[in-house]
Amino acid sequence: MTFFDWALAALLLASFLCLYRIGRGPTAPDRIVAIDILGTLIVGFCCIYGLVRQRDFYMNIAMAWALLSFIGTIALAKYLEGRAYDD
Amino acid sequence: MTETIAYTIIGIGLAFDLFGAIGLVRLPDVYNRVQAATKCVTLGTCFILVGVLIHALHTGDPALGVKALLCALFVILTSPVGAHAIARGAHIAGVRLWEGSVADKYQEKQASEEH
Repeated sequence: MTFFDWALAALLLASFLCLYRIGRGPTAPDRIVAIDILGTLIVGFCCIYGLVRQRDFYMNIAMAWALLSFIGTIALAKYLEGRAYDD
Repeated sequence: MTETIAYTIIGIGLAFDLFGAIGLVRLPDVYNRVQAATKCVTLGTCFILVGVLIHALHTGDPALGVKALLCALFVILTSPVGAHAIARGAHIAGVRLWEGSVADKYQEKQASEEH
């Protein structure tokens, strides 16, 4: 295995730890935190994978995922506070 | 030489990411998990993206590297804001602190504003 294979394996391990917290998490904010962290990990995964494959459309996926994950997190946090999304 | 620097930086980032994910699983309540996971994973992902930038510039693919830098900028800007919103939302939604917690400054501030 090359260095990048180990890097992708480590990121997958971290993602599975996040999935454990999403499935197990006792309260809703636990799950939202884990979803947010999973999005950030996937950004790093897409960037390393784009470097390995020498295709830069993976970087476009990473940029879109970073912004969409932020919007989703803010919407879920507003839901936790009990306010409307356009408040 | 440049490849070694890029590998070292990506390795540091991977270590931070793994520690953040372990903290997400191991720590006792949602506020501890927010602070451990968000700080570690933000820094780790930014390290990974800077390492990708260095490696891409070394192999002569600057478009990929500049996009990685842009991703790092987005992550730095959005991740702390999201974590703050989640922690505030969790406190307002009434999630209890871990019984070993020693301070709750947000509740004290709200109590002092009510009086």
